[in-house]
Amino acid sequence: MKLLFERSRPGRCESIIPPCDVEQAQFSPSLLRAAAPRLPEIAEVDLGRHYTELASQTHGVNKGFYPLGSCTMKYNPRVNEEMAALPGFTDIHPLQPAETAQGCLEVLYETERLLCEITGMDGMTMQPAAGAHGEYTGLLLIRRYHLSRGDTARTKIIVPDSAHGTNPASATMAGFTVVSVPSNAEGGVDIEALRKAVGPDTAGLMLTNPNTVGLFDPAILDITRIVHEAGGLCYYDGANLNAVMGHARPGDMGFDCVHLNLHKTFSTPHGGGGPGCGPAGCKAFLEPFLPGPRVRKEESRFTFFQPEKSMGRVRSFCGNFLVAVKALTYILTLGREGIPEASAMAVLNANYLMKKLAGHYDMAYDTLCMHEFVMSLEKQKNELGVSAMDVAKSLLDYGIHPPTMYFPLIVHEALMVEPTETESPETLDDAAEAFLSILEQARTDAAHLHGAPHHCPIGRPDEVRAARTPVLRYDFGQK
Amino acid sequence: MSNIPAELKYTASHEWIRTEGDLYVIGLTDFAQSSLGDIVFIELPQEGDAVTMGESFADVESVKAVSGVFSPVSGTVAAVNEALIDNPALLNEAPYDAWLIKVSGAQEVGELLDAAGYEAVCKAEEA
Repeated sequence: MKLLFERSRPGRCESIIPPCDVEQAQFSPSLLRAAAPRLPEIAEVDLGRHYTELASQTHGVNKGFYPLGSCTMKYNPRVNEEMAALPGFTDIHPLQPAETAQGCLEVLYETERLLCEITGMDGMTMQPAAGAHGEYTGLLLIRRYHLSRGDTARTKIIVPDSAHGTNPASATMAGFTVVSVPSNAEGGVDIEALRKAVGPDTAGLMLTNPNTVGLFDPAILDITRIVHEAGGLCYYDGANLNAVMGHARPGDMGFDCVHLNLHKTFSTPHGGGGPGCGPAGCKAFLEPFLPGPRVRKEESRFTFFQPEKSMGRVRSFCGNFLVAVKALTYILTLGREGIPEASAMAVLNANYLMKKLAGHYDMAYDTLCMHEFVMSLEKQKNELGVSAMDVAKSLLDYGIHPPTMYFPLIVHEALMVEPTETESPETLDDAAEAFLSILEQARTDAAHLHGAPHHCPIGRPDEVRAARTPVLRYDFGQK
Repeated sequence: MSNIPAELKYTASHEWIRTEGDLYVIGLTDFAQSSLGDIVFIELPQEGDAVTMGESFADVESVKAVSGVFSPVSGTVAAVNEALIDNPALLNEAPYDAWLIKVSGAQEVGELLDAAGYEAVCKAEEA
């Protein structure tokens, strides 16, 4: 399909700006462009068709089942959008006086308070714009804490080998050295290896619980105690909070700081659906180091304040404010009963689908799972030449988004499936049937799977070429 | 079965090592490149950087994953194969020609495997 730039024709436009009826401000010539920016010029009708065509070529949670493991692609309720579109939230300016935006400050205050309640933390910043940004902020808290005590020897962050790739990346960005600890046979942290890894150079541990294979680590209290006894802090990656929200709190497991992905757990749009929000929270002893400004309540008024030893800003203004509005809407809509029920349904749905597939597909861990489960296609690859990639691509022909592939790295030919709580039994039955049909076809006509998908606008894009020679901008016809 | 030249030494973390006088030449094995798949990016240290035995000195990124490359020796980077930065595909095409770095002044050398020992490591990982 054509790009917007290719559809552009000089003089076409989507809206006509009314003539200026006030005196025009004059700018210094040094501030003015010599030439107009090369923006596409396109009529509203063509613009609408362009995006409709794009939408028809892609797959979203509004189009079909989207069981992308570790990503929690849950449905985004329409009421969230309705609230975020209220003029009191949209027609404001981040620099207007706080006393004229009390409702917006209250949203930030309440969202922070409720997220603290759900995670067992004491304070939080809504500034980080994504999960990894939240991780980075949490690690800076750990760094500031150790340095504030004059302890400069704590330079290492311990990360299990099953961790999300963002964990070691964030730790490195925050100036730490990463130490990897192996997983045990059950997919949890190898306690003996952890004991050996901790020491006076341990700044902290980063952990996801339930972990990346979808299992709750039963030794979690031992794990956080071992790190604390060595003088380190414990950081909770909230990627998998959807399995336990309202049931178990990172703060009660012994974690000192956390980040959440509002676009995973709290039903705000994910990925291209809108900007993200990765709040970072902490226990009281870390609060003085949080980014500012934060919001506090003084009698019935909300005001901004700067934490005493604040690390400064990690993002402009208050982050992606409207995402907080959507998350708050979700939390208040579900309430004290709905939040734990959503988690329970997420876990039930994952176990339901896992049970339907077990016996046909090899499960990486033969036990009850939390909100997601991991299968291994290693046997099929060796016996039938059909890989996890082939199965994932074939699912597209059934109108299902592929699960996460080849992750976690500790499981070969992995497919990680996370149905989320909003899927009905009928959807899960249809998905199970699709998975089983694909397996049947793997036995009878593997070649067909190697060419899958057969009914999508795009089949198998050349990922290697895209990565080796990326085209990152339109060249306007000039090579 | 992957190619494991008899004249090289190996590590259990899939690096190959060859000596050139006092220099240790380090690369990625055929098994490593085949498990990683098409390599699209490599980050290498600079000449003069220190490398530490058992610690990562480079990152290779394939379509599937990013992995560290571990140094079997402690010493100083004497040469870097810059050609790999522009063309990381060389690591897939000819893993035993595509050396990553040469290390001088080696103080500490980790446990190195011969071809038979390394073949056993690969077999165990495939099982």
